[in-house]
Amino acid sequence: MSALESQLPILQVIVPLVGAVLVALMRGGRSAWAVALVITWTMPVISILLMRKVLATGPISYHLGGWAPPIGIEYRVDLLAAFVLVLVSVVGAALMPFARRSVASEIDGDKQVWFYTMYLLCLAGLLGITITADAFNLFVFLEISSLATYVLIALGRDRRALLAAYQYLIMGTIGATFYVIGVGLLYLVTGSLNIYDIASRLADPAMQNPRPVMAALAFIVVGISLKLALFPLHVWLPGAYAHAPSFASAFLAGTATKVAIYVLIRFAFSVFGVAISFETLPLTEVLVVLSLAAMFIASIIAVFETNLKRMLAYSSLGQVGYITLGIALANTQGLTGGIVHLLNHALMKTALFMALGAIAYRLGSVKLDAIAGIGRRMPWTMAVFVLGGMALVGVPGTAGFVSKWYLAIGAVEKGWWPLVFAILISSLIAVVYVGRVVEVAWFREPSPAVEKCTDPPLSMLIPMLVLTAATIYFGIDTEASAGMALKAAETLLGGLK
Amino acid sequence: MLGLSPETTMLAAVVLPFIGAIAIAFLHRSPNLREAATLVTAVLLAALVWSLAGPVMAGARPDVALIEVVPGLPLAFKVEPLGLMFALVASTLWIVNSIYSIGYMRAHDEPRQTTFYVCFAIALGSAVGLAFSRNLFTLFLFYELLTLSTYPLVTHNGDRKALIGGRIYLMLLIGSSMVLLLPAIIVTAFLSGTTEFTAGGILPKGLDATIVGLLLALYAFGIGKAALMPLHFWLPSAMVAPTPVSALLHAVAVVKAGVFTVLKVVIYVFGVETLTAGGARDWLVYFASATLIAASLVALTRQNLKARLAYSTVSQLSYVVLAAAIATSSSLIGGGMHIVMHAAGKITLFFCAGAIYVAAHKTEIGELDGIGRRMPVTMAAFFIASLSIIGLPPFGGVWSKWLIGAGALDAGFAFVVGVLMVSSLLNVAYLLPIVGRAFFLPPKPDDHDVHGEAPLACLIPIVITATLCLVLFFAAGTIEELLRPLVTARPG
Repeated sequence: MSALESQLPILQVIVPLVGAVLVALMRGGRSAWAVALVITWTMPVISILLMRKVLATGPISYHLGGWAPPIGIEYRVDLLAAFVLVLVSVVGAALMPFARRSVASEIDGDKQVWFYTMYLLCLAGLLGITITADAFNLFVFLEISSLATYVLIALGRDRRALLAAYQYLIMGTIGATFYVIGVGLLYLVTGSLNIYDIASRLADPAMQNPRPVMAALAFIVVGISLKLALFPLHVWLPGAYAHAPSFASAFLAGTATKVAIYVLIRFAFSVFGVAISFETLPLTEVLVVLSLAAMFIASIIAVFETNLKRMLAYSSLGQVGYITLGIALANTQGLTGGIVHLLNHALMKTALFMALGAIAYRLGSVKLDAIAGIGRRMPWTMAVFVLGGMALVGVPGTAGFVSKWYLAIGAVEKGWWPLVFAILISSLIAVVYVGRVVEVAWFREPSPAVEKCTDPPLSMLIPMLVLTAATIYFGIDTEASAGMALKAAETLLGGLK
Repeated sequence: MLGLSPETTMLAAVVLPFIGAIAIAFLHRSPNLREAATLVTAVLLAALVWSLAGPVMAGARPDVALIEVVPGLPLAFKVEPLGLMFALVASTLWIVNSIYSIGYMRAHDEPRQTTFYVCFAIALGSAVGLAFSRNLFTLFLFYELLTLSTYPLVTHNGDRKALIGGRIYLMLLIGSSMVLLLPAIIVTAFLSGTTEFTAGGILPKGLDATIVGLLLALYAFGIGKAALMPLHFWLPSAMVAPTPVSALLHAVAVVKAGVFTVLKVVIYVFGVETLTAGGARDWLVYFASATLIAASLVALTRQNLKARLAYSTVSQLSYVVLAAAIATSSSLIGGGMHIVMHAAGKITLFFCAGAIYVAAHKTEIGELDGIGRRMPVTMAAFFIASLSIIGLPPFGGVWSKWLIGAGALDAGFAFVVGVLMVSSLLNVAYLLPIVGRAFFLPPKPDDHDVHGEAPLACLIPIVITATLCLVLFFAAGTIEELLRPLVTARPG
């Protein structure tokens, strides 16, 4: 056991990677799903074990192949990494029971095997990004996850999915290229690719101001911002989420942008450090402006969207704005708000996308007009939607409130009072776009197609209920969410300042 | 009672209505069992809350912290006199209102009755939770839950009008609470490091009067449920709801939750000294007075019975806000007492309006000529409740107005007495003509409706609450005794 335990970091990545190959050998959608289910369900076990170990004994460093860093590749699990690993693996696992029917109804039989293969590859990539401490290795995982994502999106039934995947391919590649240019510059200056090694070399006062370091930060921030869909680098996201298969939308909404944000946090705080990121370069000012733009503009666009998946996609852009705002505040409370919103938003948005997936499964459409009167036909599904919507608004008692409280206190501590009002006013826009769905779903007469709808089978319903329950739970007991985020934020801010 | 400790009783009272809501939902196939579940829940809740009255009057303050949601923000409950009084009012009237609801909803053969009773129970649970909140955060949680759980009730009819009314309701109440009340709570937490309600207030002493005044404004307008003008529109819009909802929720639970919160904030967050220093609250005295008069004037112009009652409620709520702003011992007690007195009077008036609608299908005041001959009991109750609202003895309303007036004189706001007098005259002007019409004008010649009183299930509650208006005249001393610790307890 202890031998296995020391190998946990690599198992976190290698299991889904090997699993993807296994799945590719399967002959039917059902067996592919079964293998993928087993693989994904081991992921939270590993990540939670890692989390426990980090909490007990501090950060874990794992040397790949026994080669010590900075020459060899290091996997490093600190509290923040463990937090994101748990988030990604739990969302990935919770979605799997839902996948069977949803995927079977939206993807042709022979392609389902590829879909699950790509899903596991994507999962492996996202987990790898989170766990690795090697900037170039991170790029490799970034590409693995991105390439898998392009395929996941392109497998959507709608032909527009191809265009959306292509658009994301172009944008994603630009982003990855920018990232790798930034890493190249850093290598040029510091001669290292290990994140913590780079960080310690940059901490040298002589390194605080050279032009290549500034350029590296700029390239990396822009590149990653493309991946995390920071306004206005978001144009790929609404199409991708709207046309991807329901299951892929739910998975990507909960994990892909979150991991990209994790990379941004990692570089801004752990690699460059507060001094360079926020004092030498005006990352705070840039991020505050863009976050506010996202919170307002994207949310307002969501109000006018008639395709509900697209509406949720724009809502995600707005919610990403809250997270980047927390990063921009760069104080303990604000950063805690940002980090905890990674988790909180992942839970609520995945549940919301699953609810739409259930509607698509029964009705075949997620257009606003098509769901008229569905509230009474699919009460549980719509209850998930309404509760998820309340969490988006930030109603107290839901996880969304906790995030916003920390953000607001973070803004207050900086003395930025108008920001408090901006955070809360923008929340109200969510009332409008969620309320609009509620009105259509309950106040209009159902069409004949809707009349026949019922709640989806339990295998689809239970996962969304579980995530919704988690959204409520983390609105009341925040020890495991905000408590962890607070510790992670303290480490990030305390370590290198 | 029931052998429970006060702490357990308190928590049970908060949780019970939610359990009741689940039971009601499960019994949706059998309307009789479902209604029985509502009644049983209501009676048990009232029993629990009443059993707290003895210990609290004897000085007990049951206090339980459940969980720390954010460091410094626990989900916590504590019973103090004002909260107890509000919970007593809401839970007791819920029994009466449930009987009335059953009569009304069945006589009307309303659709979606299960949703109706479920939401009603959740709303009551929220009201009790709010009443027993130990800090601003817990209060805010139940405040929002109260808004959300009453939205399906406001939009119960499901037509275009309900949809629009629901929109206004939700946007004004959620909007004001999110954009003004929540920042006020954040400011409070930032300035005082806590949001716990504490006798004498929690804001640091010596705060600049301008800041206190601004913070008060955030609270006064952020607590949209108190319906201070110009954020009162939601209340008339909420009248699209079935009448039992208007009666208990929009004359008692929801709106009283608003003014209760205002009182609570004034007494336990600001503290009288901080609030009055440097005249920080003076503007609110004028503002509440203006709302008081203006809403009464609007009520005069409304020809729809429920709309007139709604504006009357807006005006009456301002009494409590006014009392809170004056912030003297007698005005605070008067404000608290007005929550009870107005509740009994206004719920009776709404019950009558609903009875008229059920029996005669009439909603406009102009149609009520001569209706007193067909519905003598209903209109007699209407008359009694009107007198109580106006503030005439021997009915409860007189005491609270008296105390508020006396408090205003103590604080040197002599003009408030004039405002109260004008307001009472306006109350006479918009309430008594309805009674006069009903009893003294002959029915319109084209009015051939043949109807008697509303069903017994509607009539009995009317009689009970009308009697209550009279009983409260004599019970004012007890209420005063209950509320006395609010103004005598020293910090600590």
